[in-house]
Amino acid sequence: MAVAAKTGNEAMAEAMRQINPDVVAAYPITPATEIVMIFAQFVADGLVDTEYVPVESEHSAMSACVGAASAGARVMTGTSSQGLAYMYEILPIAAALRLPIVMCEVNRAISGPINIHCDHSDTMAARDFGWIQMFSENAQEAYDNTLQAVRIAETVKLPTMATTDGFIISHCMERIETLEDDQVKDFIGEYKLTPSLLDIENPTTRGALDLQDYYFEHHVGVGEAMKGARSIIKSVAEDFNKKFGRKYDLIEGYKLEDAERVIVALGSTCGTLRAVIDELREKGAKVGLLKIRVFRPFPADEIAKALSNCRSVAVLDRVEPWSGVGSQTFVEVRSALFNLAKKPKLINYMYGLGGRDISLKELAGVYENLKKADSLQEVNYLGVGE
Amino acid sequence: MASLKDLANRKEGLSGGHRACIGCGATIVARQIMLASPDPVVVVSATGCLEVTTTIFPYSAWNVPFLHNAFENAAATLSGVEAAYNAFMRKGKIAKKINFIAFGGDGGTYDIGFQSLSGAMERGHNLLYVCYNNEAYMNTGVQRSGATPRGANTTTEPVGKVRQGKVKFQKDLTAIIAAHNIPFVGQSIVGNWADLTRKAEKAFATPGAKFINVLQPCRLGWAYKPEETAALGRLAADTCVWPLYEVEKGILKVTFKPREKKSIMDYIKKQDRFRHLTRPENAGLVAEIQAEIDRRWELLISKDGKQLY
Repeated sequence: MAVAAKTGNEAMAEAMRQINPDVVAAYPITPATEIVMIFAQFVADGLVDTEYVPVESEHSAMSACVGAASAGARVMTGTSSQGLAYMYEILPIAAALRLPIVMCEVNRAISGPINIHCDHSDTMAARDFGWIQMFSENAQEAYDNTLQAVRIAETVKLPTMATTDGFIISHCMERIETLEDDQVKDFIGEYKLTPSLLDIENPTTRGALDLQDYYFEHHVGVGEAMKGARSIIKSVAEDFNKKFGRKYDLIEGYKLEDAERVIVALGSTCGTLRAVIDELREKGAKVGLLKIRVFRPFPADEIAKALSNCRSVAVLDRVEPWSGVGSQTFVEVRSALFNLAKKPKLINYMYGLGGRDISLKELAGVYENLKKADSLQEVNYLGVGE
Repeated sequence: MASLKDLANRKEGLSGGHRACIGCGATIVARQIMLASPDPVVVVSATGCLEVTTTIFPYSAWNVPFLHNAFENAAATLSGVEAAYNAFMRKGKIAKKINFIAFGGDGGTYDIGFQSLSGAMERGHNLLYVCYNNEAYMNTGVQRSGATPRGANTTTEPVGKVRQGKVKFQKDLTAIIAAHNIPFVGQSIVGNWADLTRKAEKAFATPGAKFINVLQPCRLGWAYKPEETAALGRLAADTCVWPLYEVEKGILKVTFKPREKKSIMDYIKKQDRFRHLTRPENAGLVAEIQAEIDRRWELLISKDGKQLY
C-alpha cells in the first residue's frame, strides 16, 4: 500500500498500468484524454506490455475493443461525453456479445451546446446499453472501482464502466492509497475467454444475424446476467474489503439509519453532501445521504429498504434528460419505492449541468426544503438562473 | 502461385447452403480470397449481403472464425482482433501464423466505413481488407453508394423524367487507399480467379495493411442472368470499366490489358440497371461515360510501371 497525490485521471491510469490489459484502444477527449495520455506513456516506457491501438475515433475505439475482446483479450478504454456518444452504437453490441470490456468514463455534459465540464448526461444516456455502471465519489474510488470493474466484468461477462466526474475528480489532486502491483495482479487474476475468435481449430461465428426466432432470447440472456450482477458486484466488493480494507457496496448510506430527510446522489456531490450533513447534524437535524455507487444494475431493493423509514427524500441528478417528468435517477428511485406500504415524500432536483458548481448552501437548502416536501412540486431545478 | 489443383484441395472457408442469391459474386470473392491464404484465417465482416446471407442464427456458413460487429467498423474491429493476436504472440500465448481478413461491401467501405478503413490502413495493422464492390447498397434494396457508376439506376438515384440515374461518377477508392502509402493495394474482378488469387497471395505474403477492391456483379442490383456473373466481371475488365491493377510498394502495375478494348455499350446492354442508357436520347450520356472511362484508363496506363509513392 502506497500513499500518493493523484488526480482522478492519474488514479485511473495507474489502475490501468497495474491491470496491464492485453489491448487498449482509445481516442482522446477532454477531460478523459489524460487517462490515455498517461497510459500511452506507460506503453512508450515499456511499463506495460499492452497492445495499444490509437484509433481515429471513439467509434473505432469501441469497435476495436469488441474485436480484441472477442479474440480473448483483456481490454480497456477510456472516454467521455461526445466520445461515449460516438460509441453508443457499439456499446449494446459489446454487451450482447457478453464481452467484459472495461471503460474509464469521465462524466461530461453532452452537446449541445458544446460544454466540456461535468454532468452525467453522457453516462445516463448510455444506461440502457447493457453496461454495468459505477460512479465514483473521489479519486480513491475511481482507482478502486477501476480495479473492481475488471473482476466484475469478467465474472458477469458484461462490459463495465467506472466513472468519475469531469474536472471535479478527473483533474483534482487528492490523497489516495494505491495497492502494490502484485496485489492488483492477484486480485484481478488471469483472464481467459473461451472460446476465442483466435481458436482456429474450433471456429465460432459471432455477431450473427439474429431474427424473430432468437433475438428476444439473447436479449433476455443479457438481462438475466445484469440481474445476477448485483450479487457478483457485492462479492467482489467484499473480497476487495477483506484484502485491502476498503468497504464498497451497491449503495452507501451516510448517517442514514435515523435520518428523516435524505438526499440521494451520485458521484462527487456525495462528498459535498457529507460535509453538509455533518454541519446540519451538529445542529440536531436528522439528515442523511444515500449514495448510489452502482447505477446499472439498478439497486432498487436496496434503495427501497434504505429509504423505507425516512419522511422525505430528494433525488439529485446532474442531468436534465428532457423527458418532461424528471431525471433518470429520480424516475428509477420513485419506481423502486412504489411498492412500499409507507412511502417517503419524493422530490427531484436537477442540478450542476455543464459543470455548474453545487454549493454547501444550496445542498443545505435542499434539506431545509425537505421539511416542507409536501408543498413542493415534484420536479425542480437547483441553482438554475432565472 | 498456387495452382487451381492446389486451391481445389484446400479447405473451403465458406460452406454451401448459405442464403446468397443464385449467381452472387460476393461469396465467390470470399471463397477465393480465403483459398488464397496458405495460413488459417480469421474473418470480420461488415454488415451487408455477405454477413446477412451467411450467418442467420443458429446457422453459419463459415468454417473459419468469424465476427460481425456493425456496418461501418469492420476495419476497426479487425484492428482490435489483430491487436489481441499481437499481444498474445508477444506473451507467448499463441504461436501460429494467422491471416486477418475484413470483408465489406461498397457501402460499408466507400461510404459509412471509410473513416474506419482509412484509420486502420494508416495505422498499418497486419490485415487484408477486401471490398466486394457491387456498386450499390444491394442488401437494403439497391440504393446508390459512392461506388455507384454514373448513369446506373438505383432506388435513391433513380431514372426519371429529368434524371437518368446516378448523376456523378464513382470515387476512385483504390487510388485513395493507395494514397495511404500501404505496401499492397489491388483491384480485381469476379471472373478472373487467377488475378484475384495472385493478388490475395501477394497481400497475405506482405506484412502490414493491404487492400483489395473486387468488382462483384450483383444479380439483384445489376439485373442480369445469374449464370453470367463471371463473364460480366470479365467484360468489366475488357471494357476497362474496371481496370485490373495493383500498387505494390508504391509501384503501379496494370495486371490485365485487353487485346481489344470493348465498347462501354457491350457492358451496358447486359444489365438492366443501364437499360435507359440504350435509348437514343441518352446517347450523349453514354458518350460522356465512355469518355470518362477512356480518360481514367489512359491515366492508369500512363502510370503503369511507375513509382507512385
